[in-house]
Amino acid sequence: MNRRMLRKFKNGAFLTLSLLATLTGLACLAALLWTLISHGLGGMSSRIFTQMTPPPGGQGGLLNALYGSAVMTLLGILIGSPIGVLAGTYLAEYGRSSRLSTAIRFINDVLLSAPSIIVGLFVYEVVVVRMGHFSAIAGALALAVLAIPVTLRTTEDMLNLVPVGMKDSSAALGAYPWRTTLSVLYPAARSGIVTGLLLAIARISGETAPLLFTALNNQFWSNNLNAPMANLPVVIFQFALSPYKDWQDLAWAGALIITVTILLLSISARVLLALLQMQRGS
Amino acid sequence: MAIIEPGHAAKQLIYERIFRSATFTAAILVLLILGGVAASLLRGAWPALSHFGFSFVTREIWNPVTDQFGALAPIYGTVVTSLIAMLLAVPAGFGIALFLTELCPPLLKRPIGVAVELLAAVPSIIFGIWGLFVLAPVLQRHVQPWLIGSLGNAPAIGRLFKGPPYGIGILTAGVVLAIMVLPFIAATMRDVFDTVPPMLKESGYGLGATTWEVIWNVVVPHSRAGIVGGVMLGLGRALGETMAVTFVIGNAHRISSSLLAPGTTISSAIANEFTEAVGDLYTSSLIALGLLLFLITFTVIALAQAMLRRLERRVGAAV
Repeated sequence: MNRRMLRKFKNGAFLTLSLLATLTGLACLAALLWTLISHGLGGMSSRIFTQMTPPPGGQGGLLNALYGSAVMTLLGILIGSPIGVLAGTYLAEYGRSSRLSTAIRFINDVLLSAPSIIVGLFVYEVVVVRMGHFSAIAGALALAVLAIPVTLRTTEDMLNLVPVGMKDSSAALGAYPWRTTLSVLYPAARSGIVTGLLLAIARISGETAPLLFTALNNQFWSNNLNAPMANLPVVIFQFALSPYKDWQDLAWAGALIITVTILLLSISARVLLALLQMQRGS
Repeated sequence: MAIIEPGHAAKQLIYERIFRSATFTAAILVLLILGGVAASLLRGAWPALSHFGFSFVTREIWNPVTDQFGALAPIYGTVVTSLIAMLLAVPAGFGIALFLTELCPPLLKRPIGVAVELLAAVPSIIFGIWGLFVLAPVLQRHVQPWLIGSLGNAPAIGRLFKGPPYGIGILTAGVVLAIMVLPFIAATMRDVFDTVPPMLKESGYGLGATTWEVIWNVVVPHSRAGIVGGVMLGLGRALGETMAVTFVIGNAHRISSSLLAPGTTISSAIANEFTEAVGDLYTSSLIALGLLLFLITFTVIALAQAMLRRLERRVGAAV
C-alpha cells in the first residue's frame, strides 16, 4: 500500500469510528427510552394517580410520592432560585471583574458539578441532626442548594447578553442600578432566566441521593413539612430493589413519569432559548 | 415629566443600598455553602478520623459489628469504576464531538446535539434501574462469559477477568458510568472544537491534509486544554455519581482482583448504609467517606475548571 492509500485508509477508519461512537450514544438513549416506555406503560394505570404507595405485595399507586416530589421540588426552587438570581445579578452588574466575583464564579462552577450526595450529607449534618429527625423541609433545603448554581450561572450569562445600550439609556434617564436591573435588565433577560429555572427544576426533580437521608420516605400522604415525606425518586429506589413484582411495576411507572417530565422540561428550556436567539437575530 | 420630590434622591439611594446588599448577600452565600459543606463534613467525620487516624484510608476492613472501619475498598471501587468509565467514554465522547463538528450534515447537527444533551438530563436513578434490569443481564449472558473465555487466560491482565459472571459488579458499574458521563464529555469537547478558528482548519485542508489529519494535527493541539478540562469534568461526575452505581455495584466491602466481582464505591456505600447505620462511629465513618469524596472531586473539578478557564481567556484574547 502506498502512502497516499494509507492516509486515505486511516482517514476512513477514524471517521467510521467517530460515526460508530455517535450511533452508540444515540442507541443508548433509544434503548433507555424504549425500556422505560415498554416497562413503564405496563405498570401505568389510573391507580398511579389516585392511590397511595402500597405495603409489600399489595396494590396501590404513587399519589403520595408524586405529591411529595412536587412539594419539595417547588419549595427547593422557591428557596434556591431567588438566591441564585440575586447572586447572578451581583456577578453580572455589581461585582463584574472583582477578585471576589472571580472566586464566587469558580466556586459556583465547582458546586454545579459537585456530587449531590455530598449536599445530602451537608444538609443532614446541619438540619437533620439539629432537628433530631428527617423532614420534608430538610429535603427541600438540599434541593435548594442544588438549584442555586444552575440559576446563578444562567442568570449571569443572560444578563451579560443584554445590550449595553439599554443599560446606558436607563442610567442616562437618571435611574439607579437597582431600578435599571428591575425595570430594564430583568424584563430583557426574562426568557433566559426562566430557562434557568426550568433547567434547575429538571435538575432537582430527579435527584435521589440528597433526599435519602434528608426527606427519607413516607408510606402515607403527609402535609407536614416537619416530618418525613414520600418522594418519587426514593420510592423508585426502594421499590425497584424490592423482590415484589407489584413494587417493581410501580418503580418502572414512576421512572417513566419522572423521565418524561424532565425531558419535557429540558426540551421546553431549549425551545425557549432558541426563540430568544431568533428574537435577537431579527 | 414627573415632579421630583425633595426626598427622592435619598430614597433612591436607600433602595439602591438594599438591593445591592441583597445581591451581595446572595453571592456571599454561595461561598458560605461550600465552606459549610467542608466544615460540616469535617465535624461529622472527626470521631472516625480521630479514632482510626490515618489507617482509615489504608485498611480494607469494614465491620459494623466490631466497629472497625477502613475506606480502602470504597476508594478502590470509586477509582476503578471511574477509570473504566473514562476508558470507554473518552474515546467515544471524542468521536461524537468530532462527528458533530466535522462530519455531521448541518441538518442533523442540532437534533443529534440535542439528543446527546438530553441523555445528560436523564436522572441517575433511571440509569441505575436500567443498568440493573437491562444492562446487567445482557453483560452477564453475552459479554462477561466472552471476556472470561478470551481475556481471562491472558497473562498479566487475566486475573481482572476471572470468576463467575455475576452481572452486577465493578465492570457493570463502570459501563453504566461511561454512558452517564459520555454526554458531558462529548458536549464539552464539541464546544471546545467549535472554538478552533476555521482559518486554521482551512489552511490544513489547503495543504492537502485529510479530515483526520486536520483533526489530529490542527484541532486537537489547538484545543488540548479544553479536552483535558472536559475529561476531568466527566471524571468529577463519575467519581461522585451515586444512584446509578448503587444499583449495579453489588455493595461488597472487599477488594477483589477481578473486575467482574461485586464491590463498593464511596458514594454507593453512603447511599446504601447511611440511614441504617447504628452507632456514632459507624455514622461518622460514613461521613468520613463523604469527606474523602468531597476532597477528591473538589480537586478534580477545580483543576478541570481552571483548564477550561485558561482556554476561555486565550480564546477571548485571540478575538
